[in-house]
Amino acid sequence: MTQQTILLDPTAERAPSARPRLARPERLDGLTVGLLDISKARGNVFLDRLDERLSDLGIAVKRYKKPTFTRVAPTLLKQQIAGECQVVVEGLAD
Amino acid sequence: MNPLPDGLILVAKRGCPTCTLVEPLAAALASGGPLTVYVQDDPAYASGIAGVIDDRALEHSYRLDIEVVPTLIRVANGREVERTYGWHRDDWRRISGLPDLGTDLPALRPGCGSKTLDPGVAEELALRYGKVRFASREVTLGDEEDAIEACHQRGWTDGLPVVPPTRERVLRMLAGTTRKPDEVLGMAPPDLAPCTIEKVAINAVMAGCKPEYLPIVLAAVEAALVDEFGMHGVLCTTMFAGPVVIVNGPAAKAVGMNSGVNALGQGNRANATIGRALQLVIRNVGGGRPGEVDRATLGNPGKYSFCFAEAEDSEWDTLAVQRGFDAGASTVTLFAGEGVQGIVDQKSRTPESLAKSFALCLRAVDHPKLAMAGDAVLVVSPEHCRVFIEAGWSKARLLDELTALLTFDADDMLAGVGGIAEGLPATLAGNKVPKFRPGGLLIVRAGGSAGLFSAVIAGWAASGPTGSTPVTREIAT
Repeated sequence: MTQQTILLDPTAERAPSARPRLARPERLDGLTVGLLDISKARGNVFLDRLDERLSDLGIAVKRYKKPTFTRVAPTLLKQQIAGECQVVVEGLAD
Repeated sequence: MNPLPDGLILVAKRGCPTCTLVEPLAAALASGGPLTVYVQDDPAYASGIAGVIDDRALEHSYRLDIEVVPTLIRVANGREVERTYGWHRDDWRRISGLPDLGTDLPALRPGCGSKTLDPGVAEELALRYGKVRFASREVTLGDEEDAIEACHQRGWTDGLPVVPPTRERVLRMLAGTTRKPDEVLGMAPPDLAPCTIEKVAINAVMAGCKPEYLPIVLAAVEAALVDEFGMHGVLCTTMFAGPVVIVNGPAAKAVGMNSGVNALGQGNRANATIGRALQLVIRNVGGGRPGEVDRATLGNPGKYSFCFAEAEDSEWDTLAVQRGFDAGASTVTLFAGEGVQGIVDQKSRTPESLAKSFALCLRAVDHPKLAMAGDAVLVVSPEHCRVFIEAGWSKARLLDELTALLTFDADDMLAGVGGIAEGLPATLAGNKVPKFRPGGLLIVRAGGSAGLFSAVIAGWAASGPTGSTPVTREIAT
């Protein structure tokens, strides 16, 4: 473990130091939802069901899969998802 | 802090030969009364003496303000009465009250530097034990966060990596000025946030400045916050301009600024980081970010950093002198400038010919059919400058000649003339117009010693009182 790093804020401190999460969309109409299977057992079962439910609502769905859950997603996959989707659901299961 | 222990205090480190020399005296010192020994490196120093205290954390040494070891201090009623450092037999005998102390030792041995003053240690101790308090918010990074990436992710950078502004680095930076950290230099646009010396120091750290650059950065920020400079407009304009920093005087030489080969280019730390620090202040303190309030259509690469020193020559007045400062003054002149347009004239050997070349090229600032819009800086290289100096032309003379050469018949520049819709309004028909408003053409000498090339740095097309006027500020300590 490295020593905790403390930096001094270079800004006028008009925003909270904790960065807020990106705002969630109020509706999914017109957006494309990515479903990312991280290759963990039975995650696909959960994502299949989500796929059905979203598709029934007429929402565009795209499916993606990580080669292995033990590593972070490959850069190309992350760039592809970012380019094609506005919302991503990651399925973790066991 | 607790009162000091009465009696004698000895501060030592094993790594110091003089401390080792006086180590056998500890028993004698202890026999004369209470003795406290603070050891900076080896707890086994003076072993057998009751009052030995391990001071590897250096807290006691720091609080006692020890610069040299060994230091011997006499304390009475919790207050220091006298101290000496190094081994001076007479001083030690007087302070200890032991007239026979160290008879078999040499009369005098100098000491060594205290570990509290090892490189980088002083700032750490000042933060840990001292009274240093920053006004700025502390941002604690996550265990897995890379500090440089964290600065990017928080939106603090200009796109290039910044030096993470740790408290130790900011403290070292603040040592570059005698001014107080809470002094407010002005209100930083566009948010009009108070801009303190401390905030400038944080951004100077991030830009990569050394502490000795800070006074120049402070002068540049002060100039940018002066109303005439119009930093808000320079930032938010759709045009190209950004602040160009021109430094004059001994301060530029002292920090090794480049005024010679590649003066307007990359490679010199002071040039690169002083200009960048100003831009980071506007971005972070002022909140001026591209795509938000910065609406530049194209911008220019100088908006990362555009800063250089004048290559001062005794035959030509410096920019500082032309702007009313003493010859020996160190100044920062801020100019709302665009990019660099080269002037290639390798044939002129007379000042008249070269001045005409310059005038022809300067006419293109903004547009050859516009006048009194943008200011300009003419950067004259040493080889071109020599043509003028050998003919006896001062910088002021060149400016006068250029002013005459750059006065045109408005009729040739009216909108529509020459089949070009751009141009001066028809109301100016029949008049003579100067290309530049009075005071709108600055001349600076800079560049390498080889090359018959000079340069135009065009200014913001809204130069003058309605937009931006160049501002010069003296560099303080």
